Amino acid sequence: MPRSILEPRFQVEHLSILDSDGNLDAALEPTIAPDQLKRMYRAMLLGRRLDERMVRLQRQGRIGTFAPIKGQEAAQIGSVVNLRPSDWMVPSFRETAAMVWRGWPIEKLLSFFAGYLEGGQPPRDQHDLPITIPVSTQLPHAVGLAYAAQYRDDDVVVMAYFGDGATSEGDFHEALNFAGVWHVPIVFVCQNNQWAISVPLKKQTHSRTLAQKALAYGFPGLQVDGNDVLGVYAATREAMERARDGGGPTLLECVTYRLGVHTTADDPTKYRSNEEVAEWERKDPLTRFAAYLEKKGLLDDRLEDEIDAEIAAAVQRFEAQGPPEPLTMFDHAYAVRPPHLEAQRAQVAGSLAGGAPHGTPETAASPPMRGQRAARR
Amino acid sequence: MAKLNMVKALNLALLQEMERDEDVLIIGEDVGVDGGVFRVTEDLHRKFGSKRVIDSPLAEAAIVGTSVGMALYGLKPVCEIQFSGFAFQCFHQIENHAARYRMRSQGRFGISMVIRMPYGGGVRALEHHSESEEQFYAHVPGLKMVIPSGPRNARGLLVSAIRDPDPVIFFEHKALYHAAKEDVPDEIEALPIGRAQLVREGSDLTLIAYGAMLRLAREAAQVLHDEDGVEVEVIDLLTISPLDRDAITASVRKTGRAVIVHEAPRSFGPGAEIATSIMEGAFLSLEAPIARVAAYDVPFVGFAREKANVPDLARVLAAARETLAY
Repeated sequence: MPRSILEPRFQVEHLSILDSDGNLDAALEPTIAPDQLKRMYRAMLLGRRLDERMVRLQRQGRIGTFAPIKGQEAAQIGSVVNLRPSDWMVPSFRETAAMVWRGWPIEKLLSFFAGYLEGGQPPRDQHDLPITIPVSTQLPHAVGLAYAAQYRDDDVVVMAYFGDGATSEGDFHEALNFAGVWHVPIVFVCQNNQWAISVPLKKQTHSRTLAQKALAYGFPGLQVDGNDVLGVYAATREAMERARDGGGPTLLECVTYRLGVHTTADDPTKYRSNEEVAEWERKDPLTRFAAYLEKKGLLDDRLEDEIDAEIAAAVQRFEAQGPPEPLTMFDHAYAVRPPHLEAQRAQVAGSLAGGAPHGTPETAASPPMRGQRAARR
Repeated sequence: MAKLNMVKALNLALLQEMERDEDVLIIGEDVGVDGGVFRVTEDLHRKFGSKRVIDSPLAEAAIVGTSVGMALYGLKPVCEIQFSGFAFQCFHQIENHAARYRMRSQGRFGISMVIRMPYGGGVRALEHHSESEEQFYAHVPGLKMVIPSGPRNARGLLVSAIRDPDPVIFFEHKALYHAAKEDVPDEIEALPIGRAQLVREGSDLTLIAYGAMLRLAREAAQVLHDEDGVEVEVIDLLTISPLDRDAITASVRKTGRAVIVHEAPRSFGPGAEIATSIMEGAFLSLEAPIARVAAYDVPFVGFAREKANVPDLARVLAAARETLAY
């Protein structure tokens, strides 16, 4: 018997609408209201300026390690603007621009990176998960959210963010497989920024694209120029509409570049060339979007000062927060504190009040035993 | 009231909680049409449909990971991991996320979910089908770790686990599934998590056990009564974490002697925490060193040699007599 073809050769599309030289494919240009275009540019610029400010704050020791987003503003804002407040956003750990768009107060983000869990608490009405650090492990949560929304028949789409490195993890595979089998309303947004710390994409996968991985799970994948905010917007909009109409999941690969460090603890000169970085700086997502808006007369000269003032005010609010209260560490381990945590909390409370230091054995505070000893011996 | 084995009792708990609360759903490998490899979810698929009793793809991390997502949305998933020996493929989802979400989100999200896993040896099974690995979960802050010892308490504890606002790891000993039938009330009965049960009163020695080891402890107590004329108190822990320290120390303050029996390897096992709790809460009442009867600190030995490794009656009796004679 001859071999027969079960599936025709697959094709993976790449979408680009506004290229790095500012050329626009007018036929593909999405219709976005002028006000929305201005808001998007503002959010991207805010993402960039906040990023720069946070690097300085980290260098000054005012916040801890964080993962800068510089270069990925279009991939984040072009996608996140398509979410409704009732939709769910599932970040990894490099989505500050997208998180601020969703309504995270800047001082809260700063607080998170300064080591306060309070900064990672999504506001009660906000349908966002907190930052997830172990790579790709948030993706099954996103699929579970989408399943639950479908189970309850809610009009909800879930958007999940991750990077190129995450596509090598087992949880990526399991999440996309479950999403395909369950046909849930979800958009997987991969920010392929070329580097997983020091490991380049070519060592991460032998696939030509990351988008094509979706095809194996039975749903569409699309590669888009991740530095082209119009391209990301159009691709995400299409994927969101498909999800909302019961068309199931989509994987978007936003081809972008991490212009800065992996985290503030990283030195990229050890593994990549300045020439490579310079080449991607020419493809900066902000430059081409600014030129596009300039032609439309939508650029505001005072914007940068306004944004810097907003960030400065948030830094002030962040630094005005009180010192960490140690006892709150016992508040959210369980819904109701079990007896052993009650005892440990009392111990810390006692030591804070000037009593014995934390390490004192609990035996010291069990008077009934002394009486017992007398009775027994 | 019906005479049920543990499988049927667990099935009853799932059925009644699903009838009571639409947010409760079941997910796992073969839990649907097949009713689970041990039949704990039998017939639930027919009653509630494939949206609520989900035959998942074969992937432990995604079973737990998607359940975390469902719990974040407000549902109450009950996951089945087919054997506890396979749970290391989802341990990161349990430890990194299920256990931590309440803390990480400072109370914004709680993860109300149950992860059921058959565990334990004595059933002539291959590697990864016979281990007793409760210590890993008992050590993780944010989790609760429950192990019933019979049909009635299994049913009552599973009901509480499903209603618990926090993630509960629920171990079911395979050798107990069909071991005995007990009267189980028709009306829903919930047994509190975090409370041990005094199952036999005595004044000379406290035997502390749980799961399949409880039967050994009871047998040992009877033999010691019949042959040695000593009265042994037996405590069924039922919850490993949070540990019912009050019940344990109250008993040892009375008896002055304690032997802990578990199927998990000895070093850094639950016995270590139980013994320390006794030291902290009943040190001045102790008449003898606390003894542990546990599996040895070796990886899976193969079921041909399992009897030499897992505690048996002779080892429990020997430890008890040594403690009594100290």
